[in-house]
Amino acid sequence: MWKYTLRRVLATVPALLAVITICYLMLHATPGGPFDTERKVSAAVLANLQAKYHLELPLWQQYLYYLNSLLHGDLGASFRYADWSVNDLVAKALPVSLTIGGLSMLIAVALGVSLGIWAALRQNSAADYLLMLLGSVGSAVPSFVLGPVLVMVFAIWLPWLPSGGWSDHEVRFWVLPIALLTLINLSTVGRVMRGSLIEVMSSNFIRTARAKGLPMRIVVLRHAIRPALLPVVSVLGPLAISSITSAVVTETLFSIPGLGKLIVNGASNRDYTLVLGLVILVTLVAVLLNLLVDLAYAYLDPKIRY
Amino acid sequence: MPTLIPKSATESAEPAQRSPWLDARIRFVRNRAALASLLILVCIVFACVLGPLLLPYSYEDTDWNQMGIAPTLTGWHLFGTDELGRDLLVRTLVGGRISLTVGLLATLVSVSLGVAWGAVAGFVGGRVDALMMRIVDILYAIPYLLIAIMMVTILGRDFYLVVLTISAFSWMDMARVVRGQTLSIRSKEYVEAARAIGVPTWRIIFSHVVPNLLGIVVIYTSITVPGVILTESVLSFLGLGVQEPMTSWGVLIHDGANVMASSPWMIWFPGAALTITLYCANFIGDGMRDALDPKER
Repeated sequence: MWKYTLRRVLATVPALLAVITICYLMLHATPGGPFDTERKVSAAVLANLQAKYHLELPLWQQYLYYLNSLLHGDLGASFRYADWSVNDLVAKALPVSLTIGGLSMLIAVALGVSLGIWAALRQNSAADYLLMLLGSVGSAVPSFVLGPVLVMVFAIWLPWLPSGGWSDHEVRFWVLPIALLTLINLSTVGRVMRGSLIEVMSSNFIRTARAKGLPMRIVVLRHAIRPALLPVVSVLGPLAISSITSAVVTETLFSIPGLGKLIVNGASNRDYTLVLGLVILVTLVAVLLNLLVDLAYAYLDPKIRY
Repeated sequence: MPTLIPKSATESAEPAQRSPWLDARIRFVRNRAALASLLILVCIVFACVLGPLLLPYSYEDTDWNQMGIAPTLTGWHLFGTDELGRDLLVRTLVGGRISLTVGLLATLVSVSLGVAWGAVAGFVGGRVDALMMRIVDILYAIPYLLIAIMMVTILGRDFYLVVLTISAFSWMDMARVVRGQTLSIRSKEYVEAARAIGVPTWRIIFSHVVPNLLGIVVIYTSITVPGVILTESVLSFLGLGVQEPMTSWGVLIHDGANVMASSPWMIWFPGAALTITLYCANFIGDGMRDALDPKER
């Protein structure tokens, strides 16, 4: 187990390095330096600036400097937001994104697993059809169409909730974005749970448990659910990554000041350092999430032993 | 090549023989949802290609007397107009051209890349295979949208660049599937038999391996299409796709979402066009899978 963990942790390093390097090189391939502005800057100031950001050094040394500052947790300064470092901007946006993403993920997993169990035990019941409906909505209706539909119904026709904006304290601002993100992920979790539970329920040890006279409730809760949850754990990694995409769309749609909005604004302002920093940060989060899911899977599955 | 089977035997078997592709076609046509989706999709494609030529408006002409009007029969603004007085029907169709073209081109690029990558990895095997699949694993772990945003930020919003960006992150599934299939075909008895009677390697590849890959490539291509169209729309929606006055479904949906309370038709029509297209593409993909790989059901 330890050996596997170590190998798996080490395997994330090339992925991260690849992303950082490719993005860094792309950044440098762009014409124009960071201080080529209309404003006239004296040669001395320019030299100072260049020295401060190591711009006079060859590319590979600049790259090493950048890696070094990354290792110290410094993402650099923003191009466009004067007096703001990327770290400051992230520190403001990250909690918002984590709130939305974390809550919606929790709800989607809890609700999806329950729906999946219900649908697996009562095939062709209401839950089964609900899951199928959600699945077809989730796979074909894009989040940026589903989102406006939610706004149309719950903010315009029924004026219950705000159509956008954000407040750290008022939960009513949270409802629609979290509902949208949950809806997108719910069907995946539910369908995986349903499929795996149906498979588990037809296995030998469940038949034995039934044969020795255990009530259905105990059979499901004590014996069937645990092995059936494994495939759900394994989809959580890819799901988290696709949620990052949906989160960017959701934040744009509802004007939520999270990481997604920040990166889209950065992209349209051509704020290179901000976008680079955010890409690296989010990739790191995604890679770590995948790592966590893999390790959890290896830990939970008694058939996998390294 | 000497034939081991007497002529008469093959001739008598001829009438009952059906090619697997004909079988697949019959199965696909029997699938009502897939067939209907195909028809609808063909209609959408024709509308997008021909519609703008037949309508009296152009996608970029503004009419200041007709700003932001709801769908109406007078003046044939069937989908209404936007806040600059541009006919939304024409804009939706022209936007569809962009979305579908990007979808088609990006699918082509990503399928070619995926098949080549997977086939090479599967055939060559060993270290090369391990390295190539490692790269695929790495790409899987990266949130592609962010890299796409990064690429568009740095390299600008060029049409072909958008295509390349999307393709660059949609070929991994294909590569994995093709590699797996190649590995299993390589060890099949008929490949061994062909090798035993001295068929050269290139002929084994082209007459035994490629035809057996084709089915799975077609299936995964049809699954790639909706994903690619969706990615293009997401980029456009975020304002990173094609630029005004040119438009695409994602751009129209973004514009519509901003004025949803006052002119809801501006989001309904492009939104419906995209959703219907994606639904059809998904159903066709399912139909293809059922038709070409009956074991998968």
